[in-house]
Amino acid sequence: MERTSASAPRFPNGRARPKATLARVFLNFAGYRVIEWMDRMRELVAFLLIALGVTFTRFNTAPRVTRPLIRAHIYRAGVRLLPMIAFLGCAIGLIIIGQTVSLLTRVGAHTFIGTLMVTVVIRELGPLLTAVVVLARVGAAAVVELGTSRAQGEVEALEALGIDPIHYLVVPRMWGLAVSVFSLTIYFVLIALLSGYLFAFLQDVPMQPSEYFHQLATALRWEDFAMLTLKSATFGIIIAVVCCYEGLAKPLRIEEVPDATTRAVVSSVVACVLVDALFIVAYLLI
Amino acid sequence: MSTHAETIARPPVIEMFDCAVASTRAPGFAVLPEVNWRVSLDDYWVIGGPTGSGKSDLLATAAGLQRPLRGTHRLFDRELAGLHESEQLRERLRVGMVFEDGARPFPQLTVEENVALPLRYHRDSDDAAIGQRVAELLDAIGLAAFASVGPTALPRAFAPRVGLARALALGPEVLLLDNPLAGLDPRQERWWLDFAASLAEGHPLMKRRKMTLVVACDDPRPWLDRGRQFALLKENQFLPLGGRADLERCNEPLLRDLIAAKSP
Repeated sequence: MERTSASAPRFPNGRARPKATLARVFLNFAGYRVIEWMDRMRELVAFLLIALGVTFTRFNTAPRVTRPLIRAHIYRAGVRLLPMIAFLGCAIGLIIIGQTVSLLTRVGAHTFIGTLMVTVVIRELGPLLTAVVVLARVGAAAVVELGTSRAQGEVEALEALGIDPIHYLVVPRMWGLAVSVFSLTIYFVLIALLSGYLFAFLQDVPMQPSEYFHQLATALRWEDFAMLTLKSATFGIIIAVVCCYEGLAKPLRIEEVPDATTRAVVSSVVACVLVDALFIVAYLLI
Repeated sequence: MSTHAETIARPPVIEMFDCAVASTRAPGFAVLPEVNWRVSLDDYWVIGGPTGSGKSDLLATAAGLQRPLRGTHRLFDRELAGLHESEQLRERLRVGMVFEDGARPFPQLTVEENVALPLRYHRDSDDAAIGQRVAELLDAIGLAAFASVGPTALPRAFAPRVGLARALALGPEVLLLDNPLAGLDPRQERWWLDFAASLAEGHPLMKRRKMTLVVACDDPRPWLDRGRQFALLKENQFLPLGGRADLERCNEPLLRDLIAAKSP
């Protein structure tokens, strides 16, 4: 489509474009980008719905193949990422939380520590950072793996064996990543909160552990648990769906795999942040 | 056509009427705009055609992996387009397909897991039964020693055999082979020709049931005294040539060209 619009002043649908002025050129460009972006969104949502549909329609198809696959993806994206998440949790705890705690105590605002931690770490930083780490380590690898198998025709080979590629390749990844991001977020939050207190303790902040945890406990509401679960699982699903979409949904040549990987990473981050914004709205409404 | 009378008597397995075969590289473009083809039970078709003539697309369409742009495609006398997905799948699984360029084994799985995958996915039998069937298949294709290595670690000539065993795992009645001899040395070539012949005659692996074979190739010479029905793909057309006897009388220049292409 882009080729035709470059060679002659035509719209993507083939209609001739009116004579271009600067404002119009800009509008056309912006409009074209918006339409392109919305098209991609639509396709992604369709892909997500298909994957969700296949999960339920084929729930009892070949459990001996798909359930070990889900376990394998949980191991790959969850268990093996635990050290990395622990390291990051520690680092964030020491760098951000410890400093915040000692700063707040210094200005005498230490009664807000609980609320602050819950908002920053549990609601926002935990799920989002975990999602980004999982995306970088597992999502990008998934695009390369799926894109290569698509380019080499292995997807057709699956179809020839009567195996639904969505059911075999996408659904296990989707649920595996949902469980992994959720569990890793919990670990991240716990480790960050603990190491944060440790840093504050080392800096001689006059605050008892019981007070710190009491503040955290009072600041947490039941919505936080529900939202954390929902949000982290959604991030996992988004990463899996975007990465599988980029790797699988369209015929791919092997030299297009790096581009598809970059696109998947960018779109996943954007999609996660957008969904995060929706969750903020949900928090405000509750 | 000399074989005409007997093909009428045997039931059809693959039928394409007025079919436009789409190209995988450029979807929407008909690489073979009008195919009329009927494969009957126990046929042994050899389809020759130069590179890029649409052999793979024809086989993919015949196997039901790719929808024809137009026309009727029937498998075992049932029109695919009108069937429910699960019914369609049942008919499709009666047709096995060995892809070209190394038959595309899954590199993440071992040879054994590759062959076991369709059985695990479609059959409810226990692991022991599946393991036994896989061992039989690997024995028959001579890869028993390589069961637990990945297909990329295999000698290159053996990789297509994994695809063959995988395609045979579910016991199909028809086998489509896409350019199986490309890049093989004469010894490997002979193995494939003999194995195909034993499948056509009824291999013990397939309970001695005769298999219907369709072979697409760019060099028909090794198949000339093996196949029973012949066709060519020439300039976007499907040209049936008839049986082996008709071949001798045939003076189609493309056939002469393909046969002469590599001879000394």
